[in-house]
Amino acid sequence: MAVVTAVETRPRRNVELVLLIVSLGIAIGAYVLVGIAAEGRVQANWMWVGGGLAVLVLGVHAVLRVVAPYADPVILPITTAINGLGLVVIHRLDLAEETSLATRQLLWTAIGVGAAVAVLVLVRDHRILARYTWTAAVLGFALLLLPLLPFIGRNIRGARIWIGLGPLSFQPGEIAKILLALFFAGYLVTARDSLALVGRRFLGLQLPRARDLGPILVAWALSLGVLVFERDLGTSLLFFGLFVAVLYVATERTSWIVIGMSLFVAGAVLAWRIFSHVQRRVDIWLHPFEPGTFENAFQVVQGLYGMASGGLLGTGLGEGRPDIIPFAESDFIFTAIGEELGLTGIFALLLLYLILVERGLRTAIGARDGFGKLLAAGLSFTIALQCFVVAGGVTRVIPLTGLVMPFLAYGGSSLLSNWIVVAILLRISDAARRPAPAEVTG
Amino acid sequence: MNAPLRRLAVVVALLFASLLLSATYVQFVSAPELNARTDNRRTQFKEFGRDRGPILVDGRPIAQSVEVDDPYTYQRKYTSAQMYSAVTGFYSIVYKPTGMEGATNDLLNGTADQLFYRRLSDLFTGREPQGASVELTIDPKVQKAAWDALGNQKGAVVALDPKTGAILAMVSKPGYDPNALAGHDVAKVTKAWNGLLDDPDRPLDNRAIAGRLYPPGSVFKIVTAAAALEGGYTPDTLVDGPASLDLPQTSASLPNDFAGACGPNNKVSLLDALRISCNTAFGSIGLEIGDDAIRAQAEKFGFGKALDVPLTVTPSTFPADPNPPQTAQSAIGQFDVRVSPLQIAMVSAGVANGGVVMRPQLVKDVLSANGVDVIQRPQPERFSDAVSGQVAADLTRMMVAVVDDGTGKRAQIPGVRVAGKTGTAQQGEGRPPNAWFTAFAPADDPKVAIAVVVEDGGALGDAASGGRVAAPIAKQVIEAVLNR
Repeated sequence: MAVVTAVETRPRRNVELVLLIVSLGIAIGAYVLVGIAAEGRVQANWMWVGGGLAVLVLGVHAVLRVVAPYADPVILPITTAINGLGLVVIHRLDLAEETSLATRQLLWTAIGVGAAVAVLVLVRDHRILARYTWTAAVLGFALLLLPLLPFIGRNIRGARIWIGLGPLSFQPGEIAKILLALFFAGYLVTARDSLALVGRRFLGLQLPRARDLGPILVAWALSLGVLVFERDLGTSLLFFGLFVAVLYVATERTSWIVIGMSLFVAGAVLAWRIFSHVQRRVDIWLHPFEPGTFENAFQVVQGLYGMASGGLLGTGLGEGRPDIIPFAESDFIFTAIGEELGLTGIFALLLLYLILVERGLRTAIGARDGFGKLLAAGLSFTIALQCFVVAGGVTRVIPLTGLVMPFLAYGGSSLLSNWIVVAILLRISDAARRPAPAEVTG
Repeated sequence: MNAPLRRLAVVVALLFASLLLSATYVQFVSAPELNARTDNRRTQFKEFGRDRGPILVDGRPIAQSVEVDDPYTYQRKYTSAQMYSAVTGFYSIVYKPTGMEGATNDLLNGTADQLFYRRLSDLFTGREPQGASVELTIDPKVQKAAWDALGNQKGAVVALDPKTGAILAMVSKPGYDPNALAGHDVAKVTKAWNGLLDDPDRPLDNRAIAGRLYPPGSVFKIVTAAAALEGGYTPDTLVDGPASLDLPQTSASLPNDFAGACGPNNKVSLLDALRISCNTAFGSIGLEIGDDAIRAQAEKFGFGKALDVPLTVTPSTFPADPNPPQTAQSAIGQFDVRVSPLQIAMVSAGVANGGVVMRPQLVKDVLSANGVDVIQRPQPERFSDAVSGQVAADLTRMMVAVVDDGTGKRAQIPGVRVAGKTGTAQQGEGRPPNAWFTAFAPADDPKVAIAVVVEDGGALGDAASGGRVAAPIAKQVIEAVLNR
């Protein structure tokens, strides 16, 4: 591991404050505009929602000043902007469908922010998380498989990735993704030498020993299990992609990527040959307009129509018809933005995500410990993968799956887990950007 | 571990680049194609969200768009809906627009080429685009008279101004309520539509121009008489008019509707043959002049020709290659002769207008949304020269005789010379005949030409005849025209 000297020594909390105010201004302004466009008047609750969001994120900002003064100053404002935009679009759909999901989303934002603050306050050094490597493994796999249990597992829209207790439902996979990132980081930081250095060379690739293939085969089997039994290609892809990415970063061996990709493609093709629900997804992906698949593809097709009607500049907030698309507030919030804010809005949104992910990866590069590097890389990559799987699903780059856009889409589990992800990234970035102690160690 | 991290960052950037590309493809490259798809409800909302122009009759809207608070923004509303249903058609979110709503759709919704400059200026002034309004030639008093006169009988009435071709009335019964099909509740609209489709009385048919064509029966004798007169006959030419005409090549014969011959010594003048509607006389004329002469005459009146008024009219037909007995049958409007009421009105109108048939027209003018600029004003247009002026005059004399002292007495109007012809078209065993009447008046300065058909004998059933059932209806409509 290379020795990294800190480039930046200033906390940059004031930069963060300015950016936060810009983010809040965009979100609150958009919220007000939606009311004017859709109902012809400013919604009475704009001050509550806008004020609520402002109090929450400014609270995080204040906490950062105390417990993580050197944290990356861009991550929180971007998160705020995306979360705020999500609230706006959900509010906009509320007005069309006479629901009140935006309030619940704000409540979940509060819970997520609370969890983030708790993580920042309680975890003063991310390295202590490495102690919980195997606990995280057990908990993570348990959560991942929880929806398969009878009674509490719930099948929603074809995917069995939910658990329900009474009126509450939750996607345990969202939390599992953090725990698994933690486990992969903790496990691979210790196992990386044998995985990286031992083995034969073949066709320019450093091939691992058969016994070192164990972990990746286990991960592969588990992700296939998720695909087959929970019927969720998205979670499967997220989980396996996360593992392969962290494995690659840990070992610096391209062969792991080749092996991983081959395994995933083979598994996916196998699943496609065998399972009708996978075939249906693929049919919808490849032929959404054909008569045979048209009924099933309704959501995808309506999403495409929505984006197409938005064109380059969009219809304007509150001026389109995103409510035609089923579940526009969760799975298809991306198309709602495409419709009303246009390709311009989509580009802005994707670039926000890209910057967020790249800031996370920058944090990984800056981190001074292997565990921190792998954890930050893993968590950042999950955000990127989720964006890709969702936005790629609705724009037909890949088959549509059950994931949602981080921070943007309606859903408590996702908001909660992603705010925790942000808190961990902020914590690692604080360590990475903090002026190096007198004695620099690698 | 920093080298793979940097490469991972590049991979992430590539993933996002693919998303930017795919979003660009959807929202820019393939957007026009996606927007043009017929199942795209957004495109529908856009189309239905336009301020569609009204359809006007005498300056008053019979179809207009009213702003409503739903996704479609505008609701199409019809007044005197049933009476005008054959003309307006309907404008539905589920089905294709019909009637004038369909025929003048691009004018009403503002996308017609004629409206290009207006749209351009709308673009720059930021004004909401509005459709043009279409004013019809229909005279509401005449329309109402025809609608009321038909009562609850099935059938159709068409009235024309013979000098211009303007359609003064177009009624088809039973009508329907286009409001039921113009609603925004897809389930309700579908239910109403299916109800209308399943109705054995076929209310969605515009019987006046585009329903199932009718056998014309004796009103067709005007065409046969025209062919004979053009071929050298005069109204006084004596023709064979026995009680029953033996048809060549078969054992069948063609009888008169009334028992007995049409005149002394089985001879009758052409004028009297039309006056009393003598089947055998016209059968023998048909055999004499042949099917080609009758067909040619029929085509001069418009048979077999495509016609848009701008509603599309189903062309009337004369059989292509009848044998002699079939020719005799066809000469009296039976066998395979099939007509629309509008075609029969055009025959009368041609006779009324000195032999010249004017092109029937429903549009009086098309006005821009502000109601001031005339975008389109169809001028009267010659459709065909059906008969010479002399033949037209002869036919007029003969048709006046029908009303004065023949089968059409019930169409007499005190102080007005009415020219007409009855028809009682057999539909085969067990079904009452269709009752026809066609006329024009005043005979010396025609203001209106009309065709009336009442299906299945109307209120009189088997006892019906054109003179008893259809002539009184024609009379009321003519009076409505003359009294306006």
